[in-house]
Amino acid sequence: MQYNWNWSIFWAPAPDGTGPYIGWLVSGLGWTLATAFCAWAIALALGSLVGTLRTLPYRWVVRAGNAYVELFRNIPLLVQMFLWYFVLPELVPKAAGEAIKQMPPPWASFVPAVLCLGFYTSARVAEQVRAGIQSLPRGQLAAATALGLRLPQAYRHVLLPMAFRIILPPLTSEFMNVIKNSAVALTIGLMELTNRARSMQEFSFQVFEAFTGATAIYILVNIVVVLAMRALEKKVAVPGYIGAASGAASPGH
Amino acid sequence: MFAGFDFDVIQRSLPYLFREGMTFTVTLTLMAMSGGLVLGTLLAMMRLSGFAPLALLAGAYVNLMRAVPLVLVIFWFYFLVPWIGGWVLGASAPIRVGAFWSSVITFTLFEAAYYCEIMRAGIQSIPRGQVAAAQALGLNYWQTMGYVVLPQAFRNMLPVLLTQTIILFQDTSLVYVLGITDFLGAASKIAQRDGRLVEMYLFVAVVYFIVSFALSKLVRRLQQRLAVIR
Repeated sequence: MQYNWNWSIFWAPAPDGTGPYIGWLVSGLGWTLATAFCAWAIALALGSLVGTLRTLPYRWVVRAGNAYVELFRNIPLLVQMFLWYFVLPELVPKAAGEAIKQMPPPWASFVPAVLCLGFYTSARVAEQVRAGIQSLPRGQLAAATALGLRLPQAYRHVLLPMAFRIILPPLTSEFMNVIKNSAVALTIGLMELTNRARSMQEFSFQVFEAFTGATAIYILVNIVVVLAMRALEKKVAVPGYIGAASGAASPGH
Repeated sequence: MFAGFDFDVIQRSLPYLFREGMTFTVTLTLMAMSGGLVLGTLLAMMRLSGFAPLALLAGAYVNLMRAVPLVLVIFWFYFLVPWIGGWVLGASAPIRVGAFWSSVITFTLFEAAYYCEIMRAGIQSIPRGQVAAAQALGLNYWQTMGYVVLPQAFRNMLPVLLTQTIILFQDTSLVYVLGITDFLGAASKIAQRDGRLVEMYLFVAVVYFIVSFALSKLVRRLQQRLAVIR
């Protein structure tokens, strides 16, 4: 039993005439990162909003925020992907549904993938933001109020700036999760990195080289993100704190 | 809004969805959980052992698994397991591994990395004095771990371990990429055969939501009980 290794396959021309196979992986990486960044923007904006709402002293707002988080956390990402891709165009008004279905190829799977990952991750970010705000000493809000700040001002100038600096490490792992989770979008046809590796494997029959290439790229991205975030953490660390909260023991995937 | 939809298709396919699909999903979840917990605990012990090569090896494994998307891991093992099997058994060609065992192996090895990190935190949460006390009583490493450290670490981490298992339950839906008939796979087959994507995928989402939500509520209750007793 012998596997024929052929590492030069990365430089062999790909069957679609766009250059060598390595170009497929690089283009896949580009789509992976584009999807992850766009989704992260949505996740950060929505997640911060929902996470903040869940700490307000209004019971119904908190309940609505909790419901939002539970909704996105308890449905598998792949199923959510199918809901955005297959189900949403059927449920919106007919004209809008038609417009969605008419989108040209890369966007037809890119847009649902970004929305899906954005909303899915926003629930997880919301959970971190809530935990971050609630980890602050109660006295901070009291002191802000005593200084004459109204509630929005207290959040804007006191609570949120502290909370975000504290939850930076768990947010880093959430960002890594978006990058990894974007691979699920291959099920709706997005040509991201894992999908590119799979098609490279199908065309070249060099299974292990293709997957090794993709794995190496993911590890590289991982290292870059960790290093960048570590530098950022050092820069924004709250003076006087031993260290920021770590997400080591939190469940995830 | 739902005019023109046929929710009857769900009722017609219920036996198939649950007897075939959900059975596969639950079996895979339970087997990967058991295997992943055992392997993950061993990995955690390796990472915390004073023996550098073991700690490095386990650390590299865990970090590798955590850096790569699950979908890619599924593909890896789908192609790798037959080769490794052939190599271990000394066969002349890659052996045939069924989709079921392929996914059990994949999810066990993948989840082990995540269970490892949870167990590591659990073991580290045990005061060092307990280990010293156990050793003073004459217990060896395995006895100390088995009778003193691990039971408490496991208990402390039970809510997190169970939450991770709920995530595993949701993640098993990704075997869809191998065309396996798990719960989502079964629904997807019916959906495509009958052209009822909307009805079937909404139903799948509702079922996953109910199961995961109920389980996470139970975990939360357990967490409160454990917190009171401790």
